[in-house]
Amino acid sequence: MLRFIARRFLEAIPVLFIIATATFFMMRLAPGGPFDAEKQVSAEVRARMEAHYGLDKPLFQQYLLQMKHLLQGNLGPSFKYPGRTVNEIIADAFPVSLELGCEALAVALVFGLAAGMVAALKQNSAWDHVPMALAMIGLCVPTFVMGPLLISAFALHLDWFNAAGWFFPRDRVLPALTLGAYYAAYVARLCRGGFLEVLNQDYIRTARAKGAGGARVLFKHALRGGILPVVSFLGPAVAGLLTGSFVVETIFGVPGLGRYFVTAAFNRDYFMVMGSVLFYACFVVVLNLVADVALVWLNPKLRFE
Amino acid sequence: MMNESRVARKVYLTLLTVCVVALLAGGCGKRETLAAIGDRTQELRLNNEGEPASLDPAVEIGNIEHSVILALFEGLITADPKDLSPRPGVAESWKISPDGKVYTFHLRKNGRWSNGEPVTARDFVQTYHRMLTPSLGAQYSYMLYPVKNAEAFNLGKITDFSRVGFKALDDYTLELTLHSPAPYLLSMMIHDSWFPVPIAVIKKHGALDDRTNPWTKPENFVGNGPFVLKEWRMNSHILVERSPTYWDATNVRLNKIYFDPTESLDTAERMFRSGQLHSDPQAPPSKVAFYRKYKPNLINVYPLLGTYFYKIHVTQPALKDKRVRQALAMTIDRHAMTETIMRAGEEPAYFLTPPNTAGYTCQTKVREDAAEARQLLAEAGYPDGKNFPTVEVLFNTGVQYHKAIAEALQEMWKKNLNINIVLHNEEWKVYLDSLRRMDYSIGRASWVGDYVDPSTFLDMFTTENGNNETGWSNAEYDRLVHLASNTGDRAARYDAYQKAEAILLDEMPIIPIYFYTRPRLIQPSVRGWYPNVIDQYDFKSIYLVPEDN
Repeated sequence: MLRFIARRFLEAIPVLFIIATATFFMMRLAPGGPFDAEKQVSAEVRARMEAHYGLDKPLFQQYLLQMKHLLQGNLGPSFKYPGRTVNEIIADAFPVSLELGCEALAVALVFGLAAGMVAALKQNSAWDHVPMALAMIGLCVPTFVMGPLLISAFALHLDWFNAAGWFFPRDRVLPALTLGAYYAAYVARLCRGGFLEVLNQDYIRTARAKGAGGARVLFKHALRGGILPVVSFLGPAVAGLLTGSFVVETIFGVPGLGRYFVTAAFNRDYFMVMGSVLFYACFVVVLNLVADVALVWLNPKLRFE
Repeated sequence: MMNESRVARKVYLTLLTVCVVALLAGGCGKRETLAAIGDRTQELRLNNEGEPASLDPAVEIGNIEHSVILALFEGLITADPKDLSPRPGVAESWKISPDGKVYTFHLRKNGRWSNGEPVTARDFVQTYHRMLTPSLGAQYSYMLYPVKNAEAFNLGKITDFSRVGFKALDDYTLELTLHSPAPYLLSMMIHDSWFPVPIAVIKKHGALDDRTNPWTKPENFVGNGPFVLKEWRMNSHILVERSPTYWDATNVRLNKIYFDPTESLDTAERMFRSGQLHSDPQAPPSKVAFYRKYKPNLINVYPLLGTYFYKIHVTQPALKDKRVRQALAMTIDRHAMTETIMRAGEEPAYFLTPPNTAGYTCQTKVREDAAEARQLLAEAGYPDGKNFPTVEVLFNTGVQYHKAIAEALQEMWKKNLNINIVLHNEEWKVYLDSLRRMDYSIGRASWVGDYVDPSTFLDMFTTENGNNETGWSNAEYDRLVHLASNTGDRAARYDAYQKAEAILLDEMPIIPIYFYTRPRLIQPSVRGWYPNVIDQYDFKSIYLVPEDN
């Protein structure tokens, strides 16, 4: 197992290197630069700003320099926000995204697993059709529709929550529901499929025959196999959830990391783009690994391979 | 099988119950809104439309930064919120020499930084020295260019700052010497680039010319304005509190101001509606008509010092002939655009400088006359649009109505001139880059004045101006604009500007479309706030009155 993990980590190094290189050159190929603005700055001012950030050096030299800084864990200054470094910005915004992501993940798992399990157990009844229809809607309704709908109902109409912001504990509810809904729907469908397959297996019948109770069969025997598809989906999905969502953060005014993925590119904030891309890439790599390890642990068949 | 499904069903029902209880517990019943609480405690909540890039008045200043900086710093001059006329700030009084070239400011003796140090004339001189230091790369350093040798120092042509026209005669007397009379100097001085910064504090946290110096973080911050910086949480809020050291602290009525960075117009409007904000400067265009009709006490629509127009790349073969450009400008139904597309009370623009800019209104107007336009196009060699090449209209994505306006242009030109236009949109920075490299034929543009004077609009189309971006150059226009900026006499200046703008509107390197307005949502509890063309707050005069009083 340790060897497996170590190998995966080593494999991640070239992946991250390629991502960093591609990001660097793609960003520089994009027309427009960090100091383009509607009111043009004079050529002198532009030249001084470029010199300040080392953008006047030959491109390849800049590339080497940035790679060196990245290896030292220094993501560089932000062009858009002078006085802040990319490290600071990520350190500031990531905990918010992490919190929202965890809450959304809880929504996704609790609702998704429950709905999926019940639907599988009561196949082709109302207990199956209603939650699965809801899940279909959850999958189809984009967050930019779901969010304003929830705000309209619960914030503006019923006045239970604030329309946006991230100040009070109750400000977490609507964004978590909005962000979690899509994942809940996906989890529900995967879980239903997984359970349907497992419940027909011989070992479940054996467990029942031996007189195991409902809860025991369900949680002890069926759950492990039933959630396999969910686990492999969750690896990359959790990375996406925890690193923030541009849409949800914009709609609800959440000061998270997700918006930087988009705004940094718009602003041509080169170091910020590199920082957020690499941060996200590392997250995906690590969580995929965690998902793989979990799958091996859950599925005895894989252990021998 | 029955057994398991019963368990699952139980789990399910428990979950639903928990959810319903949680939702109910979340709020239940009408709560007092944040705005209503603020009314009682004098805590203003404003949407500031974005995250400030920096709070250093020398570094990067747009509207977003400007609003916060106005609360944190005070210049020599402040602006009357109603008509923006100059009022005493740090300077108690000032004298202008008869030739208009020497300004002497007498500073008040009780001006204090938030660390208790006095605000002196030396602070101002050092601030301007920093602002003009080439290596700082201050974007708005040109705001100081009316001062003698300021430009030369900023461009590195001279290195001795004592030759620049800033002089502290004593601790409380500051003298400015200009290279030529600039009657708009006082109105320029309400801009952040003229605000003092605490040099000693900046030095403590890094180099003076380092734009990334962290002195504006709340823990390091020192200012001289009516408020001090307390919290700055990126993309969440900025909180400022009344400064006890401010010279006029007893007349500041607000205790706190929260600046909210919400960019999304819809989110901000919902926050306003749910009572989280006292004011949101920009109602979504789709909601303006609703508010004006049904909630007129919550919206205030007023003109801004800004123009929406199109630039024409005049060296392009098809657009070289001014008759073609005139024809294009004459066949736009501006009224239809403001009424059906914009719908926020915008005024159609028949010239570039917004009407009544410091008393100046252009007397020449673009005529809308399709028949004459067709005639002009025919004279230019394109009768009924024949042989006219397909021209591209460039606009940027991200704002919905840019596209709608470009489509309307396309339609109007097809109908009136029978010419074909293709629309081309580009992402913001790509679009800016295309304009800069003049890789376009006709391109969307807009301009918001830096200060209230026609020069901030008309300077733009002189040959050497970096924002010209049209390839248009006219010696007489350049001469008139330079004449105006070197003349102290207002009547003579405005006469020169009238002539210059008439040339601009005859040559048509640009097509004005409309003048901007601000559809501001504002709670009736906000008092002492006045609309003005640069949408500048006067936080000293604003206060809140609870609704039921």
